[in-house]
Amino acid sequence: MAIHELKINGNRQSVDVDDDTPLLWVLRDEMNLVGTKYGCGIGQCGACTVHIDGVATRSCLTTVSSIGDKAITTIEGLSADGKHPLQEAWKSCDVPQCGYCQSGQIMTAAAYLEKNPNPSSDEIRQAMHGNICRCGSYNSIQKAVETAAKS
Amino acid sequence: MPSTPKNTISRRSFFKTSALASGGILIGISFLNSCAPSTEVPVDIADITFNDFNAFIRISNDGKITIFSPNPEIGQGVKTTLPMLIAEELDVAWDNVFVEQGKLDVDNFQNQFAGGSNGVRMAWLPLREAGATARMMLMQAAANRWGVEVGECSTSEGIITNAKGEKLGYGEVVLEAAKLEAPTEISLKDPADFKIIGQEIGNVDVEKIAQGKPLFGLDFKREGMVYAVVMRPPAFGQTLVDFDDSETRTVSGVLDVIRFEDKIAVVGKNTWSAMKGKRKLKANWSEASPAESSEGHDQALFALLDGSQFETMRMDGDVKTAFAEADQVIERTYESPFLPHNCMEPMNFFADVTADKVDLVGPIQTPKGTAYEIAEALGRDMSTVNMDMTRMGGGFGRRLYGDFAMEAAQISNLAKKPVKVVYTREDDMTAGMYRPAVKYRIAASIKDGAITGYHLKEAAVNGNMYSLIPNFFPAGSIDNYQVDVASFDSNITTAAWRAPYTNFHAVAEQSFFDEVANALNQDPVQLRLDLINKAKGTLDPLRTYDPDRLIGVINLVTEKSDWGKKKEGVFQGFASYYCHNTHVAEVAEVVMRDGKPFVQKVTCAVDCGVVVNPLGAMNQVQGGIIDGIGHAMFGEFGFENGRPTTDNFHAYNLIRMNDTPQVDVHFVKNDIAPTGLGEPSLPPVGAAVANAIHAATGVRVSKIPFAKNMNPEVLA
Repeated sequence: MAIHELKINGNRQSVDVDDDTPLLWVLRDEMNLVGTKYGCGIGQCGACTVHIDGVATRSCLTTVSSIGDKAITTIEGLSADGKHPLQEAWKSCDVPQCGYCQSGQIMTAAAYLEKNPNPSSDEIRQAMHGNICRCGSYNSIQKAVETAAKS
Repeated sequence: MPSTPKNTISRRSFFKTSALASGGILIGISFLNSCAPSTEVPVDIADITFNDFNAFIRISNDGKITIFSPNPEIGQGVKTTLPMLIAEELDVAWDNVFVEQGKLDVDNFQNQFAGGSNGVRMAWLPLREAGATARMMLMQAAANRWGVEVGECSTSEGIITNAKGEKLGYGEVVLEAAKLEAPTEISLKDPADFKIIGQEIGNVDVEKIAQGKPLFGLDFKREGMVYAVVMRPPAFGQTLVDFDDSETRTVSGVLDVIRFEDKIAVVGKNTWSAMKGKRKLKANWSEASPAESSEGHDQALFALLDGSQFETMRMDGDVKTAFAEADQVIERTYESPFLPHNCMEPMNFFADVTADKVDLVGPIQTPKGTAYEIAEALGRDMSTVNMDMTRMGGGFGRRLYGDFAMEAAQISNLAKKPVKVVYTREDDMTAGMYRPAVKYRIAASIKDGAITGYHLKEAAVNGNMYSLIPNFFPAGSIDNYQVDVASFDSNITTAAWRAPYTNFHAVAEQSFFDEVANALNQDPVQLRLDLINKAKGTLDPLRTYDPDRLIGVINLVTEKSDWGKKKEGVFQGFASYYCHNTHVAEVAEVVMRDGKPFVQKVTCAVDCGVVVNPLGAMNQVQGGIIDGIGHAMFGEFGFENGRPTTDNFHAYNLIRMNDTPQVDVHFVKNDIAPTGLGEPSLPPVGAAVANAIHAATGVRVSKIPFAKNMNPEVLA
């Protein structure tokens, strides 16, 4: 166990966990930020995606000791009021079915749109390829990302 | 079942109808001192008679409505759709409705489960009646206050108006209404007057989902809760001999190691410590007996197909003679492996078993059955068991089985603590409950250019034929017709998987008819229409589908997909099917991408009767199609020496965005009572894809996963 000081959603918070604890479980179990989801634990499904210094990152493979002073943004910190263009598009396009993978989808899309604000449909499909939606809401995800990019 | 525009029923028959269809639905009215439901303060309701209310509705004094959705939400949308039915007949504005998940209530709800595409179908009348009953009582209360006849009153968006134009809000009369006798007669709205049913209503949880708010079982926490990760036998047919937990107990955060049955629970203060602790656990297991393998399953199923140990499910005419006299016999075998459910939210459940109560919280499709099983296992009375349902990160049939909830209860009972059992993805994929492997062999006899005989044989692990399938299309269309089944008993646990039984039967049957059409040099759509028209002329009491409705979706999909109009480089495949009371027809379009067939578009026509929520309905149909394509193309799961050979998504391909077609959905418009949508779009799409792949490449794919079993030389 060791004290780790983390910058999460603009706040500095310290947590006493083993060095090898994945950020995912720090967020979920220690910080009560459960919007970041566990899906596979091996970086294959994207449900646990957060931003670290703006880069979409799999929190299940990121140990707490590897983060240092970098800024972590989770779905809870994506916007102050829940009105990020992607969150708005998610509502207007009624994307979720079960909803479990969706915060990871939104976080992947948010980091991507920062890099490429005007993507083509094909570029969106490539960019979102790492995030699994078991319900198959992909058509609506694509539409929502396109909608957010236009707004 | 036709809809009932003016359904006037006596009070006695109302309760009877409810009990038969979806259960007596209790109305619970909580009398509120404040406006917002989130800050409501229930007042003393001890002296108020509830028994004549019939829905789970709360009305605050400012007219805000809370509707409890009785059924578990797995992503099929019932948490939005079922309250719409109540709100419609209650006649309130949807914007004023708050929806909450109801808990298990065995006294006042029936059919509290998610499965079989039954949610809307079973709730259609009872929940509307519940809303209408409450509306009548509210109107009566207002009429009493005004001293007028209730017949002079009308409602709109939660406001009651009398002949003089005076108005009272529901919230103003709710206390008086709750004391009234329930009406002896109620009327349901004419579908033409629907204001909510048929509107595009967004998912009631979308705001919380988009902001990552806690909703799911894995998100649930309670003070003092510990986490348990369980080691189970790695192979089917094994038992636990002994284990060494000395290293596990050195892992920081590990609190306890508990053996139960042939399993070992590592209890930790958080998820990670329990997961880590399990990795350090050393266990000895017995030899798997029998130790099954995919190779063995294949041999056993082929032996069954080749043998004569069948049970005949339906026999018309004499297929033997038809085949003997045929000009040509077409025979093809279709194969599907085991498939795991792979819900994105791994199995998990919370249990707090104390001396006097059992508290259960989590994602479960069968809250009632699971609560009863746990009560029985623990020797408790059901009255001491509480079951709260969380939103589920997918179900697909896996969460019909409460084994993981039982584990949570067992561990909590032994640990004397509130416990959350959490499956790792590896646990989730390897612990059991799979869509069983199945093979179909279908043969047709052709004489003078017509189909004279049809013989379907099924060989499945742990039996896989639903009793109605023998009466599906093409039963009644072909004079000599036979359906036979044979089963291989396996120690691998098998389970319902989205559209159980039909999910691969449709692929086999609808691929086969494409092949028959090719052999006869006929248009595949016309071949189906001719067969259905033949069935239409007969009076087969066993026939399950409605020929006119099946023809309706076929005509709609051929129109919307431009069926048969050649487009350069685009190849179409057709399939139609009826299951879960819903008629579906689909056209898949395949193009060659990087030398391989890629499904770029699917057009789908659906007849599910009234579409209660077009947004949710479209999501279900799209999802079913994409799910069906994903598993047909990539689904692969096997066993060696009793052990699953795949345990996570590095080796198990679920469909991803860039493999996904655009799905274009069209609903037949009618006023027929609604049927299910969670499953029916899935089964036929594998066939539509296989048929389109054949059109594109000349290759027939008859074995899942298609992506692996398409002949690479032909595709090169």
